[in-house]
Amino acid sequence: MNAQTKRELKKFAAEIRITLLEELKARGFGHIGGSLSVCDVLAVLYGSVMRYRPEEPNWPDRDKLVCSKGHAGPAVYATLALKGFFPKEKLATLNRTGTMLPSHCDKNKTPGIDCTTGSLGQGTSQAVGMALGDRLKGRPSRTFLIVGDGELDEGQCWEAAMFTAAKKVNNLVWIVDDNKKQLDGPTAEILPVFDLRAKFEAFGFDAVRVAGNDVEALYGALTRPSDKPLAVIMDNVKGSGVKAVEETASNHSMTVGPEVWDSYIASVKADLEAIEKEGVEA
Amino acid sequence: MKVIYNGKPDVKAFKDVLGTRIPEMLDADPDLIYLDADLMSCIGTAKYAKAHPDRAINCGIAEANMAGIAAGLSAAGFKPICHTFGPFASRRCFDQVFLSAGYAKNDLTMIGTDPGVCAAYNGGTHMPFEDMALYRAIPGATVIDVTDTAMLEDILPKVVARQGVKYMRINRKANDLVYEAGSEFEIGKGVVLREGGDCAIIACGFMVGRALKAAEMLAEKGISATVVDMFTVKPLDEALVVELAEKTGCIVTAENHNRIGGLYSAVCDCLAANRPVPVGCVAVEDAFGEVGPADELAERFGLTAGHIAAEVEKTVARK
Repeated sequence: MNAQTKRELKKFAAEIRITLLEELKARGFGHIGGSLSVCDVLAVLYGSVMRYRPEEPNWPDRDKLVCSKGHAGPAVYATLALKGFFPKEKLATLNRTGTMLPSHCDKNKTPGIDCTTGSLGQGTSQAVGMALGDRLKGRPSRTFLIVGDGELDEGQCWEAAMFTAAKKVNNLVWIVDDNKKQLDGPTAEILPVFDLRAKFEAFGFDAVRVAGNDVEALYGALTRPSDKPLAVIMDNVKGSGVKAVEETASNHSMTVGPEVWDSYIASVKADLEAIEKEGVEA
Repeated sequence: MKVIYNGKPDVKAFKDVLGTRIPEMLDADPDLIYLDADLMSCIGTAKYAKAHPDRAINCGIAEANMAGIAAGLSAAGFKPICHTFGPFASRRCFDQVFLSAGYAKNDLTMIGTDPGVCAAYNGGTHMPFEDMALYRAIPGATVIDVTDTAMLEDILPKVVARQGVKYMRINRKANDLVYEAGSEFEIGKGVVLREGGDCAIIACGFMVGRALKAAEMLAEKGISATVVDMFTVKPLDEALVVELAEKTGCIVTAENHNRIGGLYSAVCDCLAANRPVPVGCVAVEDAFGEVGPADELAERFGLTAGHIAAEVEKTVARK
C-alpha cells in the first residue's frame, strides 16, 4: 500500500468517526464504544476492499457486509452516508420513531445494509448463508462478517464458524472486533474467549491477528489469498480513536451532553488535521 | 378434493412422500434449496443429498445455525426448505426463525416432523406440544398441520411457493386416510368433511381421522356433527369458523398439541371477537410429552375419538 492510499484510508476512518459522533450527538446517547472500534475496518472495507454501488444498493454481485454486532449500526450508517447510499441529513434521525436508522442494523430499512442483526450471534449464520448463496449462484461476491469478542459467547457463532470451514465457504471473511469489553465489563472477566487465533485455526480457518487501527495491516489481512476461509482478529480497544471514550470504563452505551460530544468531535478533527498535514509535508 | 375416509391408515407414510417430493421439487426449481440437521435419513433424502451436495445441505446437529443459514440463502435469492424433528424445528431455533427469517423478511419453509404424540418412542424430549403456539406467535407466519399424504403431495409445493415463515408439522408415519390421491387444497381454507347440525368439530393433522370417527360414534347416539379439517391453523379460516358457530351453535376443537396456543386458542380468539358460542377442547392439558406408542399416548393425553365424542356431548349440553 502506498503512503497516499494509507493516508486516504486513515482520513476516511477519521471522517467516519466524526460523522458517527455527530450522529450520536443528535440523539444524545448511543452505542459509542463498539461503534468507534469498527471505524478503521469500515474505512478499509468501504474505502478500498469492497465492491459496491451506492446508487444500486441491492446490486446482486456486490460484496456484502454483515455487522453481526448490530449495535455498531451507527458506525456503518456513518460510512454508508459518507459513501452516498443516503443523504447525510438522515443520520440525525438515528433511533427516532419511524426512522430508517434503528439502533441495530435492518436491511429492510436502510439502503446499503445487507443483513438484519442485533440479536448477537445471528448475523454469523446469516452471513454464511449469504456467502454460500452467492457462491451457488455463481456470483463473484465476498461477504465480510464483523463479530464482537463478547458476541463470541453465543454458541451459534461457533456452529457457523465450523460450517464455514467445513463447507469451504471461502468467500466469507470473519472479522473479530476483539475490543476486550462487553456490556458488563472486560471480556476477560465476564466470560474469557481464550486464544481466538488458535480457536479459529482449530476450526479450520486461516487466522491472523492485526492491530485494529492499522489500516495497512487490515488491508493486507483482508485481501490475503488463501485456500481456507479467513479470520481476521482485530486487536482493538473499545472506544478506539477517542481517548476520553477509551478511558471510560463503561463505554458500551453512553449518554453525555452536547459539549462533551463536541469535545470528542474536536479530538478526532485534530487527528484528521494531523493526517492531512502529514500528507502536505510528504 | 374427495373424502375417502374408511377408518383405516393411509396407504403411504408421510416420510416416503417427503423423500420423493423434496428431491423432485429441487430438481424442478434451481432456486429451491434444502437444509437438514442430521435427520435426512429419517425422511429418505440422504441419498439425494449425497449426489447433490449443493442442493441438499446437511448442517449437522445445529438447528439454530441451519435456520440462520436458510435466512441468508433467502437473502441471496434462494427459497430454503429446512427439516428436523418438531421440537428442534420450533423450540431449539425459535429466535433464529423469529428474527433472522421472520423479522428480517427472509423466506423459510420449516418442516417439523413427528408432532405431538407422533414422537412416540423418542419420548418427552422429542415431543412438541407447543410448536404451533410458537410459530403462531411469529407475525405473518403460516402454520399447517398436515392431515394425510394426499394433502402433503398437494400442499407442499404451495407452502414452499408462499412468502415468509411457514411451518409444517408432519407425522413421519401414516395418519388415518382421509383424502383421495390428487385432491387439491387451498392454504387458509378449512375443508368441510361431514355435515351435521348439533355441533361442529374443528380438527387438524393427526386428529382429523379421529374427529370423523367421533362423528360416526355420535351419529349412533343421534347427535349429528359437522367435521372440518382446519389444516391451516394460521391464518385461520375465520369466515368458516363463524359460519359453523352460527349454524351449529357450538364448537369442539381437536388437536395433537397443548391446549395453550394452538387450534383451540385460535378458534376461541376468533369466536370471542365475532360469535361467542360454547367451545369444547380436545388437546393436551398443559403437559410435557412422555414415551410410548402413539396410540397409547393418545389415550393417555386424551386425544382419541372417544374423547372427542365425549367433549361434543358435554359442549352440546352447554348450548
